[in-house]
Amino acid sequence: MFGGIQRRVASLWFPRLSSERVLRRCPLNGPFALTQKQSNTNRLYCLNTEATRQGLHQGMSHSDARAFCPSLQTAPVDLLQEQRFLQTLRRWATRYCPWVGIEGRDGLVLDISGSVHLFGDEEDMLSDMRARLMRAGLSVQIGLANTRGAAWALAHYGEGIAPASDMLSALQNLPIAALRLDEKTSTALVRLGLRKVGELAAAPRAPLTRRFGPDVVMRLDQALGQQPEEIMPLAEAPHYGVRITLPEPIGLISDVMAGTQRLLIQLCAKLKAQDMGARVLTITLRRVDQENQDVELRLARPLHDPHRILPLFERGLAEVDAGFGIDQLRLEATQVMPLPSQQITHAPQRHMGHKGQLEDLITRIGTRIGLENIQRFLPADSHIPERSFVIAPAAYSEPASSWVCLNPRPLCLFPPEAIAANGPQPPTRFRWRRMSLITGRATGPERIAPEWWLEDDNWRSGLRDYWRVETTQGRRLWLFYTPQNPGWYVQGEFP
Amino acid sequence: MLGPDLQFFPPPNARTHEVCGPGAYAFAFVLAARLGGHCMWVRGRSDATQINPNGFAEYIAPSELTFCNTKDQTQTLAVAEEALRAGVVSLVVMTPNKPLGLTQGRRLQLAARDGKSTGLAIISEGMGSNAAETRWRCTPVFSSGDSTLHKWELIKNKSGTLDIWYVWWDTASRRLIMVPPAIE
Repeated sequence: MFGGIQRRVASLWFPRLSSERVLRRCPLNGPFALTQKQSNTNRLYCLNTEATRQGLHQGMSHSDARAFCPSLQTAPVDLLQEQRFLQTLRRWATRYCPWVGIEGRDGLVLDISGSVHLFGDEEDMLSDMRARLMRAGLSVQIGLANTRGAAWALAHYGEGIAPASDMLSALQNLPIAALRLDEKTSTALVRLGLRKVGELAAAPRAPLTRRFGPDVVMRLDQALGQQPEEIMPLAEAPHYGVRITLPEPIGLISDVMAGTQRLLIQLCAKLKAQDMGARVLTITLRRVDQENQDVELRLARPLHDPHRILPLFERGLAEVDAGFGIDQLRLEATQVMPLPSQQITHAPQRHMGHKGQLEDLITRIGTRIGLENIQRFLPADSHIPERSFVIAPAAYSEPASSWVCLNPRPLCLFPPEAIAANGPQPPTRFRWRRMSLITGRATGPERIAPEWWLEDDNWRSGLRDYWRVETTQGRRLWLFYTPQNPGWYVQGEFP
Repeated sequence: MLGPDLQFFPPPNARTHEVCGPGAYAFAFVLAARLGGHCMWVRGRSDATQINPNGFAEYIAPSELTFCNTKDQTQTLAVAEEALRAGVVSLVVMTPNKPLGLTQGRRLQLAARDGKSTGLAIISEGMGSNAAETRWRCTPVFSSGDSTLHKWELIKNKSGTLDIWYVWWDTASRRLIMVPPAIE
């Protein structure tokens, strides 16, 4: 197996990872716990040693815990930060071996076969891990065995190093739960009288499989090394940042642009290699007095062409105060999106060439008025005139072309303006916006019912009968009458 | 008479123009339809009139129009200048709420000339700027037969004479048709 090298796996379990992460920032004495909101109750999520010693336990409700231990200090848990911290630990652990995976939400698994001799022997390696983690303020339990399952069992139930020759002897005194079985199965096994791993291994396999399914035997085989289990090393998340440090401070816009261009070429090569496009770019300019200035560029489309991005930076960089000079530039793509290469057609298309330029224009205007203020119309499924379209930011939507309108609609809409008139027929003469108008021709009515499933104060007056009224003065107006709540209003104007 | 043969329309390209009167929006969309290409509509946030895509769909495709909401007049002019100079959009429509000064109007003219795009300011009556190439007053006219008749008056023209036309928009063929003066 493995060309004569025995496979060795170390499993690291951080029993108090979350609370110790917080306590590293602000150390405090006394009981401390992190709480998590579960089904409307704050429950203790992770406790420090002091809190455990006071008799508190995980899953206890926060108010109970406060009653038991009035000096308890708590903070809400931040699961995202915790995950990030575990990723950091994973990166740190690659100093021992390249194959490091994440185990659950608070553990690491390392395939250390072949890298042990770099640290002396196994004992030295583990004590090195423990010493470093202790210095970082993290408590850890480490198990070392031939298989991932056995290492996990040792880390969680009785720390130690299993001898390379015999897995069963190291595991036989551990409880059944050490086999990574779900709680229901392990309880059932304990009820059958199988409390230890050794007892399970000695039991006949066929009845076990019949009673509990293949899972129990599979887990046992994985722990004993009769069935393989992989360790998946996680890929490093790509980092889209480049920087340049200058021997002499610079202050001219042309120099800064030249520096930016160099960075952009590097960054875009990286983005292009991974078929990604930058959506938001940030360039950080460090001045000689250690002041940092950020210039953010939000693009209307993901891009990875340096010659298109560079001119878009012009406006932002012109506003920078260089002070006594800038000696470091750092460019980072803070938001990236997949941008696969596309076949460019040579067939002449009327606006194809302009499309990229239009997006650049939107980006440029966006640096001035904000990208979300540049909008376009998209069709919506509604008969209500105000809701028959939606307005979406142009940078975050695709143009749609399914505009269907059966009846003529006015060119301009405005909030309904009341006019004095009676009866369901359009008035022959009326006053609107201080103009005296005479109806020349009226077309209608077109009845539109409110959408009862949506709350809308403007449609409280009920049904509307819309009329297109052409006045002899020229104006062509869109009037409506509300039969359930008599009144006449003007809502739009036709060309 | 066919649309493309009209002598007076569209007004000269690579210039900014002004339009006022109740039919100004219709004029803007007819111009957008005539010029083709993309249209940029720049409007202040205080502008309460909402253009309706279902209404102007018979002039241009709503996907060919992008609009920018600006905070104030300064931003409106800056965005319009940027869009004109880029030369990507064929028409830039802006709705300034204060009269343009000579300098501002001239800057827009230069930007339009650089970008070879047409600019159009929708203004209130009497708020024109001296820098505009042409100024139009558009009013809808009631007629017994047809429902889109407009009266277009050319009230300022830097390179020609003033005149009045009666026109209507043919939705089916998407073109502007002039009513011969004899009928009127």
